[in-house]
Amino acid sequence: MASHGILIEGLKKSYGRGDTVVDALKGVDMQVAAGEVVGLVGPSGSGKSTLLKCLGAVIEPSAGRMTLGDQVIYADGWQVKDLRALRRDRIGFIFQAPYLIPFLDVTDNVALLPMLAGTPNAQARQQAMALLQALDIEHRAKAMPAQLSGGEQQRVAIARGLVNRPPVILADEPTAPLDSERALAVIRILNEMAHKFETAIIVVTHDEKIIPTFKRIYHIRDGVTYEEAGEGRSFA
Amino acid sequence: MISLAGRDIMHAWGKFVFTGLGLGLLIGVTLSMAGIYRGLVDDGKALLDNSGADLWVVQQNTLGPYAESSSIYDDLWRGIRNMPGVERVANVTYLTMQVRQGERDVRAMVTGITAGAAGTPGWPPYLVAGRQITRGHYEAVADVATGFKIGDSIQIRRNHYSVVGLTRRMVSSGGDPMVFIPLKDAQEAQFLKDNDAILQQRRRTSANPAFNRPQVPGLLEAVIASQSTNTYVNAVLVQIDSIHSADEVAEAIRRWKRLTVYTRSQMEEILIGKLIATSAKQIGMFLVILSIVSAAIVAFIIYTLTLGKIREIAVLKLIGTKNRTIAGLIMQQAIALGLIGFIVGKITATLLMAPIFPKYVLLEPLDSVFGLFAVIIICIFSSIIAIRAALKVDPAEAVGG
Repeated sequence: MASHGILIEGLKKSYGRGDTVVDALKGVDMQVAAGEVVGLVGPSGSGKSTLLKCLGAVIEPSAGRMTLGDQVIYADGWQVKDLRALRRDRIGFIFQAPYLIPFLDVTDNVALLPMLAGTPNAQARQQAMALLQALDIEHRAKAMPAQLSGGEQQRVAIARGLVNRPPVILADEPTAPLDSERALAVIRILNEMAHKFETAIIVVTHDEKIIPTFKRIYHIRDGVTYEEAGEGRSFA
Repeated sequence: MISLAGRDIMHAWGKFVFTGLGLGLLIGVTLSMAGIYRGLVDDGKALLDNSGADLWVVQQNTLGPYAESSSIYDDLWRGIRNMPGVERVANVTYLTMQVRQGERDVRAMVTGITAGAAGTPGWPPYLVAGRQITRGHYEAVADVATGFKIGDSIQIRRNHYSVVGLTRRMVSSGGDPMVFIPLKDAQEAQFLKDNDAILQQRRRTSANPAFNRPQVPGLLEAVIASQSTNTYVNAVLVQIDSIHSADEVAEAIRRWKRLTVYTRSQMEEILIGKLIATSAKQIGMFLVILSIVSAAIVAFIIYTLTLGKIREIAVLKLIGTKNRTIAGLIMQQAIALGLIGFIVGKITATLLMAPIFPKYVLLEPLDSVFGLFAVIIICIFSSIIAIRAALKVDPAEAVGG
């Protein structure tokens, strides 16, 4: 396996105290290599969202260890001071709905992240345009989100997730609102981008039509993950 | 870094402009209220300035002639004229009443002025049309705000007057325009009874054995004559020379003439501190209420706008936007809304409200600057609730589940 994009060892998360404590994650182990796309599937209440929030440095795990690239970011406590900067610079997010900023055009929606990180506007827009070209949506660069189709919006959201070249991207049900053809197109793009930018991508999904496209799948049930080889079907 | 607030405003400019328009009308009313207060003060000062007096000699223990009624004999001016330091004196009467012109009537302050020339205390200091009063009776000079024109015939009590001159900004402390007429006519208008009342008074006097004594010929006629003449004025206006101080001359008149005398500063205190104090308090209360309402509206609008962006704010926080960038977005929008509102309010107050408002509305540039700062401060404080709500948004809200 190639060098790991993200490595999770014995990750636990509990809510509540005493008699009311709920163990949402009971020791999750995961490893996603740079350039790899894996699926994370499980029924409602299995702990998918909690795992995603822990991976995204949105909530603090209770125990365990997380490594992003070569950097340990959590080891029974955060090892990074500025979680906001960590999310901005090292983790990409793609949501179920694209959640584009409605008052920014496509270019600025993508360029916003590097701008927030202090990149000059012109340079940030160049980075954004390069990604929009890679995702074949540069012709919509000046359009507002409301003027885009669902598939186009999701491609812009993918560009936004990739723009800071994070070692890991967390995609939360990215194909839920799309039809089969577009859903497969999004997964194809994610695979291409993972390969091109050496990014580890975790796709949380319920979508039966895309599950067969993953080469590796993590099942999560009652806060524990089980790894399974996927079919790795082509996208055609 | 791009301006998120600016982009949001440009994206939903219609919503911002219309909201700002509504807020602007409220700010316009607020600015107009301040202008009305300034107008009241200015009316009071204009009345004092236009009288041309340094001292006001009035009935003892009264706040006359503007805040209370005052009657003093019309020959007292002679004695006052001879006091040290007195340069010029003039009797004056003031009576606020309805002045008729044809079918309409106008509320005006009728001012009786003594014979003299421009510069005589009580006289209108300048005219914008026509000439000053040159005859002893039945001529009038009116403020343009009365709507009278040169040559108009106006009726005061039972006499008719010809308007020979027009002046401007000659108003009472209540803002009523002034109409100047000769003193004798004004005394008649103020103190003389109607013909029926005079006849009844003569009948009563004739029936009174104390005045109608057979053994004292001429007594009844003398009493009736004294009853028919009016020897009162409301005040004597005094101009002092350059050598003496107003306080010094006022003290001498108080001491030797046993009358109440007010200097300019004392008269200003009476007009502004007492006469318009209640109005000023009412306007002040309205200002406070309108400011609170404006703040509440801005707070509500910004809070609503922010709630409409909760998901976007959660996404912004998740992707690493700093709290101060999000707070800046909301605060800049609140300030922008306030600025739009202020511009609309200023235009509304200046071009719409001030010209049509029945009272004089004086919009001081400094008040506008103060108003602008007040609007910005109110907007900043009003945005705090929305900022608190935005900063409480959990970035996890952007992640499903």
